[in-house]
Amino acid sequence: MAKTSPAIADETVRLDMYRMMQEARLFEKRAQDLFLEGLIKGTSHLALGQEAVAAGFAAALRPEDLVFCTYRGHVHTLLRGAPMAALMAELMGRATGICGGKGGSMHLTDVSHGAMGSYAIVGAHMPIAAGAAWAAQERGTGQVVVCFFGDGTTNIGAFHEALNMAVVWRLPVVYVCENNLYMEYTPIGQVTAVEHPAADRASAYGLEPIVVDGNDVEAVHETALRLVERAREGGGPALVEAKTYRHGGHSRADPAKYRPEDEVKEWLARDPIPAYRERLLASGVDAASVDRIEREALETVDRATEEAKAGPFPDPGALETELWADGGSAWRS
Amino acid sequence: MAELTYREAVSRAIAQEMDRDPTVYFIGEDVAAAGGVFKTTEGLMERFGPKRVRDTPISEQAIIGAVMGAAMNGLRPVAELMFSDFFAVCWDLIANQIAKTRYMTDGQVALPLVIRTANGGGVRFGAQHSQSVEGWAMAIPGLKVVVPSTPVDMIGLFAAAVRDPDPVIVVEPKVLYASKGDVPDGEIVDELGAAKVLREGEDVTIAALGAMVPKALEAAERLSTDGVDAEVIDVRSLVPLDTTTILASVGKTGRFVTVEENPRLCGWGAEVASVVAEERFFDLDGPLVRITTPHIPLPAADALEDLAIPSVDAIADRVKKATMD
Repeated sequence: MAKTSPAIADETVRLDMYRMMQEARLFEKRAQDLFLEGLIKGTSHLALGQEAVAAGFAAALRPEDLVFCTYRGHVHTLLRGAPMAALMAELMGRATGICGGKGGSMHLTDVSHGAMGSYAIVGAHMPIAAGAAWAAQERGTGQVVVCFFGDGTTNIGAFHEALNMAVVWRLPVVYVCENNLYMEYTPIGQVTAVEHPAADRASAYGLEPIVVDGNDVEAVHETALRLVERAREGGGPALVEAKTYRHGGHSRADPAKYRPEDEVKEWLARDPIPAYRERLLASGVDAASVDRIEREALETVDRATEEAKAGPFPDPGALETELWADGGSAWRS
Repeated sequence: MAELTYREAVSRAIAQEMDRDPTVYFIGEDVAAAGGVFKTTEGLMERFGPKRVRDTPISEQAIIGAVMGAAMNGLRPVAELMFSDFFAVCWDLIANQIAKTRYMTDGQVALPLVIRTANGGGVRFGAQHSQSVEGWAMAIPGLKVVVPSTPVDMIGLFAAAVRDPDPVIVVEPKVLYASKGDVPDGEIVDELGAAKVLREGEDVTIAALGAMVPKALEAAERLSTDGVDAEVIDVRSLVPLDTTTILASVGKTGRFVTVEENPRLCGWGAEVASVVAEERFFDLDGPLVRITTPHIPLPAADALEDLAIPSVDAIADRVKKATMD
């Protein structure tokens, strides 16, 4: 694992990454609360504890770049710039949701911000991301595609098909494995032939094996900058394994009792957000600036929550719309 | 006007659209340098270059995923799925991703893409390379499905599919690749969702699809010598389904027969028959009849495969019996 945590020179970027992690954390904690209040239905898969991966990459991307993520994708979508109130409203099943209530927690998408979808079938988005990168390459748009996925994805066929094609076609796509040590409920090491589920497969596709501390936002950011810019310049795809930890269970239904107590304790002590706060202060950022970011993040989440709660439920007329590009869903002519 | 084989029509169709629109790309297994395992794409790579006509690995999930992602980012890509049986190894991308993404995102994502695939039996390939799976695609909301039965329809319906803003599956009956038909010169563009009355008749409506269309026409000619005047409709498009043409025909003839290559259960004809039963019940003079392959996988031996797939004889016999009810 990379031990260095290089200081990012630009303080604006560093504070912005801290803001992103704070907003992501508070957004998901609020979503958890709203579920308990009965205002959010269904399921959701929180990324509490994994925010540094999303923030480190988000800060390395340009507006025209495209991001694909998984059902654990609230944070990636938010940090691409999707409006928080519309994301919260989507979780609450409101018409004002980012997908009009038709997507829900596992399908958050905001094309206008390059958040190209949250994919709920493991591995499906790996080749889709390759296809978006193929179009970028052929059209000469200069876009880079970033595709986030979990450690469990490394054992499904689409992962391998996509990596092979991405390398053969030298596509501008960066694949980012968020290895949180568990594929749903089962330790990834128990069901995988190699120690590092993504990095140890890299050489099979002629790629550099890269493992980064996914709880160190600056290490993630530095890696992201290097690989994204390399891809942008025609250097081809990359595969990164960011080691991190899910503070909670797989989904709402999962209390995660299967995890050893000392493991949980060890990783909670490495929570990326307080760790980064300390590092910012140690590097000379004044406490007032950091406090203000935290206060403003909470205010942002409060406002988004109120706005989402005020949103109407979907109109019955919306049910049979937007199957086709003509806005309707007719199956007969 | 020229006489073309169906397989020549496939490459002419692709060339017509690639010539017109530089965002049309075409990928698949063995489609470029080799010209396709059915020789349907010969000459395309030479004409459009190895980037716009591109060979892929044997990775159906990657192929279908790639066209989806490319369609999300400004191309109008076409994928060839070598055999429609291979839907089974990439069905997640088709049924869960391509079909649902526009709806799930409330219209944010448009997917103007085409998947062409060789479908059906009659060529002795056995159970895993002979299925008629158009019904699988028809059953998933969000996919349009067309099945051209002639060279000119192949060009026109393919062009309509490429120009359509939604995902379209173009199902090509592989047994028809060697069949010939007249094709006018110049650009050919048809429309999705339009059935065609190929033979007018007064006594019974026969709706057929794909490779069953020429058989239904031949059966109708034979029936005419027995005094049965059959109307034959080429359904052509399963989604959207041209119920207007079909219902009007049934209103005239009072009898309705489907000829389907698929195994019995949940074939496209079941849906069409249900529409007829719901909406033209009181115009019917007899029971609806579905002629299908038995509910079995297709065997390889020619003698058995010929028994399984509806034949001209079987169609003529069943229709004749039906008109005597």
